[in-house]
Amino acid sequence: MSDVVEKTLTALPSLLSLDSQPGSAKLSSTSKLGNLIRGITELTSKHEEEKLIQRELTSIKDQVSSPNTSMRQMKELMVRAIYCEMLGYEASFSYIHAIKLAQQGSVLDKRVGYLAVSLFLNESHELLLLLVNTVLKDLQSTNLIEVCMALTVVSQMFPKDMIPAILPLVEDKLNHPKEIIRRKAVLALYKFYLIAPNQVQHIHNKFRKALCDKDPGVMTASLHIYLQLIKENSEGYKDLTASFVTILKQVVGGKLPMDFNYHSVPAPWLQIQLLRILSLLGKNDQSTSEIMYEVLDESLRRAEMNHNITYAILYECVKCIYTIQPKSELLEKAAKCIGNFVLSPKINLKYLGLKALTYVVQQDPKLALQHQMTIIECLDHPDLIIKRETLELLFRITNGQNVTVIVEKMLDFLRISKDDYTTIDLVGKVAELAEKYAPDNEWFIETMNTVFSLGGDMMQPDIPNSFLKLLSEGFDSDEEDRKLRLFAVDSYVSLLQSEPNKLPQRFLQVISWVLGEYSHLSAELEPATVMTLLSKLLDLKHTSSETKSWVLMAMTKLCEGGVAISVAQDIYETHSSSMDTVLRQRAQELQHLSQDSELRGRVLPRDAGLMPLEVDSSLSFLDGFVSEALAAGAAPYKPPHQRQEELAQAKALSLEPYSLSLPISMSSCSIADRQSPTLMSMSSGLSGDSTDLSHKGGSTTLKLDGVKRVWGREGYLAQREPVEETAQVEVPSPLRSPSQQAEADSTQSQTPTPTVTPELEQDKQQLASSLFVGLGSQSSVCLMGKSDPTPQRFRRKAQGRASSSGASEKTPTSLGSTPSPVDNLLCNSLLDSNLVSEPTNQTPQASQSLDTTNGNCHEELTDVKENNPSLIHNNEEPDKPKDLCLSSHLPTELSGLSHSEITPLCSNQSVNLSACHVQKEDSLQLVIFIFNSSDSALQQMQLQVDSGELKLSLITDSPVEEVRSHSVAVCHYSVTVKRPSVHVEVLGMLSYQLPGGTPQTIQFSHKLPLTTFIRPLTLSTEEYGSMWLAFSQDTKQNLTLINDDQDPLTTTLNVLKKKLQLHVVEIIGVEGIVACQLVQDQPCLMHCRVHAGTLAVWLRSPVPDLPDCLLYHCQRALQEH
Amino acid sequence: MQFMLLFSRQGKLRLQKWYVPLSDKEKKKITRELVQTVLARKPKMCSFLEWRDLKIVYKRYASLYFCCAIEDQDNELITLEIIHRYVELLDKYFGSVCELDIIFNFEKAYFILDEFLLGGEAQETSKKNVLKAIEQADLLQEVSHVG
Repeated sequence: MSDVVEKTLTALPSLLSLDSQPGSAKLSSTSKLGNLIRGITELTSKHEEEKLIQRELTSIKDQVSSPNTSMRQMKELMVRAIYCEMLGYEASFSYIHAIKLAQQGSVLDKRVGYLAVSLFLNESHELLLLLVNTVLKDLQSTNLIEVCMALTVVSQMFPKDMIPAILPLVEDKLNHPKEIIRRKAVLALYKFYLIAPNQVQHIHNKFRKALCDKDPGVMTASLHIYLQLIKENSEGYKDLTASFVTILKQVVGGKLPMDFNYHSVPAPWLQIQLLRILSLLGKNDQSTSEIMYEVLDESLRRAEMNHNITYAILYECVKCIYTIQPKSELLEKAAKCIGNFVLSPKINLKYLGLKALTYVVQQDPKLALQHQMTIIECLDHPDLIIKRETLELLFRITNGQNVTVIVEKMLDFLRISKDDYTTIDLVGKVAELAEKYAPDNEWFIETMNTVFSLGGDMMQPDIPNSFLKLLSEGFDSDEEDRKLRLFAVDSYVSLLQSEPNKLPQRFLQVISWVLGEYSHLSAELEPATVMTLLSKLLDLKHTSSETKSWVLMAMTKLCEGGVAISVAQDIYETHSSSMDTVLRQRAQELQHLSQDSELRGRVLPRDAGLMPLEVDSSLSFLDGFVSEALAAGAAPYKPPHQRQEELAQAKALSLEPYSLSLPISMSSCSIADRQSPTLMSMSSGLSGDSTDLSHKGGSTTLKLDGVKRVWGREGYLAQREPVEETAQVEVPSPLRSPSQQAEADSTQSQTPTPTVTPELEQDKQQLASSLFVGLGSQSSVCLMGKSDPTPQRFRRKAQGRASSSGASEKTPTSLGSTPSPVDNLLCNSLLDSNLVSEPTNQTPQASQSLDTTNGNCHEELTDVKENNPSLIHNNEEPDKPKDLCLSSHLPTELSGLSHSEITPLCSNQSVNLSACHVQKEDSLQLVIFIFNSSDSALQQMQLQVDSGELKLSLITDSPVEEVRSHSVAVCHYSVTVKRPSVHVEVLGMLSYQLPGGTPQTIQFSHKLPLTTFIRPLTLSTEEYGSMWLAFSQDTKQNLTLINDDQDPLTTTLNVLKKKLQLHVVEIIGVEGIVACQLVQDQPCLMHCRVHAGTLAVWLRSPVPDLPDCLLYHCQRALQEH
Repeated sequence: MQFMLLFSRQGKLRLQKWYVPLSDKEKKKITRELVQTVLARKPKMCSFLEWRDLKIVYKRYASLYFCCAIEDQDNELITLEIIHRYVELLDKYFGSVCELDIIFNFEKAYFILDEFLLGGEAQETSKKNVLKAIEQADLLQEVSHVG
């Protein structure tokens, strides 16, 4: 086929003159569009094109607005308008006409109208509201093509708020006899789920129906939704694993109609989608993973043909195998696959091979060793993309011994890269490696110098921040600190002496701070010399005013002694009249403090970096000033979001025709207070706090460091750990141990090496040995199961700098998974046979009946809960009585309080883990019980827990390290929410050793509903009013009203109060206000109004996602009622 | 998939389909940058690019470049096949397609694309079914033209 397509088309102009060209039979070269296109082709300059298009647009504009233009002509005009827009000229006047065409045209005109709408507008465009009625009408049409068109446009864009208006119609289409309609309806629901998950969460059973559709196309479409659902909450869909496996098995086995084949491979899109779903389901879950081993093996085996599409499937398969709980035979096959990719002469496959290696290298460092020569070749590949991916791979295998070589390679790449995004990313990685593994001070400072020079002003601000933090906080040894700082000072002084005008602003800021702070450490360095060097920066043309103020701050710290004071005086004179107020202020400070050394000593004490300072973050000392200003008639302060909202209200479209279900007005108590100035001034402190909260998520800006002496230093404590780590960095041993050498050599000899001249080869081998040093030893230790200090370091690092890079996040999985296959196979072999035999018998009918039995989502959830214990039921008969005795092990401080049911987490032949929680006012107390069911004691036990959404802190004084046979150890954590999510999850891993045995690990995940973190927030209506205005995150939605007596609002709110622990502040008529908080101190306010038989709620909070999550739980609570 | 662009060797945009909401300014900027980057690449180079936080998968057919932006966890190879299947569809519909067909009948090319990919996901991968759907709509068009 492609030969036919790839025919030469160079003779473009000559073709245009031939009307009877084959293939151009449908060319409407006589049409106006044809004329336009031809006209443009003949032009020679951009300027002429512009003139021509402008003329064209004017003519289109005249015609579309003329009342005599027929719909048919309109269609033709729209096509031309689309063409003009594609060339980059704006034709916004035609947008409204596109909508009109979709609305009024006949079927064929409509098609162009809808197309134009989908090309012109995006889902946030306000004109899209005008399309809602058209879509409604067409969805009800008896003409299939019209229905298809409406569904097509809806699946591409639809105003979020209007979804309820068409949702029932789209849902109906799931029962349509034509599969094309059902398929499009499913994709429309998928779109709705993506833009507004709350709106469709009640129809999850419909998704199940789509999954069981008899048409494979509809089923495939439903997988898009499932992939998304499972991404967000894999626990809820474990019961579907067997069905997915069955489907995949049938597809791979060629049971689908030939129509679904692509180049004789059965439904590759479907296969890949299923593999992605399976990998999510099997992640960290042994029993689910076991269900899919067989089909994965089958997929690997079947994908043999030498075609891109089979490689696509293989690649996804390999990713899946490495994501789920490992099984050694599959891993072996997958590793072989990766090898084929890496060694392939096809560059696309090579790239993917490198990517796959990057993905798996932490689990399986030996694989990288096997391919080291290929990796070395890729490092010098002419295609930068390949080179870049290789560096990514090296980044993952960096350790204390190879860091210098790898960082050097990365810096080399940075020097030639012109792409900003790559630079930012790579600079961050180099900085991370330098901090983690720096072999010595000199190397560290010099590497960071290169980072700052190359990263310039676009690098992430946290790089200079954490660098300065590291310098100021120091390590364990004062002497080391001093040396590091001194080295930095010396290096910066020499940089400033050479070519300061070439350094980026950020680097100059770092230099000024360090010199200001530490140049006194250098005995031979006079403050005056430094002052003069710094003052030269002020005269440079490119120096920004931000940098200048850093320089002035540094000088203020330095101005000591006669010469320095006179320099300060000069600076003051030039800058005291600066147009920039900040600079003027800094110059003033410099002047004053240089005159008064006693005052300077107090304001800027030397080496006071670690002294905590009091901060008044609410700026309450300004209250007097504010009230005076208000009394004098100043306008009260409004936070930006409020200003914006008022603006938006002023010019918003009237939503009346569609507002059946949408409350737009918020007429009562809280809003009435909006304009009151006194209330505003009262709430100034509060709003200040709340903005603080909402900005916490963002990265701290560079400025913070400059002023930290004034504003105190909370938040730094969390960063202490990584800093200490750098201190312990080992000195690289230039010589490798013989065993490592042997290992590296042997793998080298296995690698098929292309013929290269011996000398070059030797160079490469040398490079290889310096790159892969340390890897061999690491992997062998890992496999033998001895405790290895290196992953430990990663682990702590990962906790310290929460998710700073994908690399450190992945470590926990790799830690647990490498040694586990053996014992997992042993202990689960019984279950294994059960689980595997069950799905093989299952036909689609069986899975359908399974689905109909648990039709809706609540049942589904309870099902899962019940299923889980039943899996381990056989060998866990004494489960029940154990529950009772476990509660007696609760920590004494919790023993009086009521605790949740004790749920089993995971178990194997020697340990049982279970957990329960206790709700306290300021936190959730999580207790994990470790029951040793074996006959010997568990030793070297270590329990690690982590969560993306939660903050866990251990309360038990010292971690338990040993558990005697048949006894229980307890770990007690205090938990608060970092980032709200509908369900939050704790991931954990227990490692232990039986006497004389190898170390073992067992992993678990424990899900907690967000409701366990919600507490009532008691406040008055006035407080509520002022808080409401200060919060920026909001969500609106309609909920079902419980309609069983005279006052449905009170009843409904009471249900919510009881189930979710909300505080009902006040109920006035048809409106009510409710408040709650997420532990700790994350408020969320809710305004409810009875409207047209539903409860219209509006939630606000300073915390992103909290309103959406709370809304979800309100919905659940009311449905369950 | 985030978006799909078709452009000629001369850098002229022939088709653009955006599956994520972006402002016109943003779209123009992205198009300009990508066209430049892709055109600068040599024929033997990798069909994948890392660009901002996205991945670009592109392939050249005669004088036309087909270029898709996908997310990091998406499968690059299957995206190449999506491009290929789209070219096959165009080829079948126009009868050995050339750039001119797409220039003069770009709305048809959009219709085919919408029938094949919906909201950025592969909707119908069977060549026969896609073309059947398009032909039915076209047929209607003919009928109403006559009528």
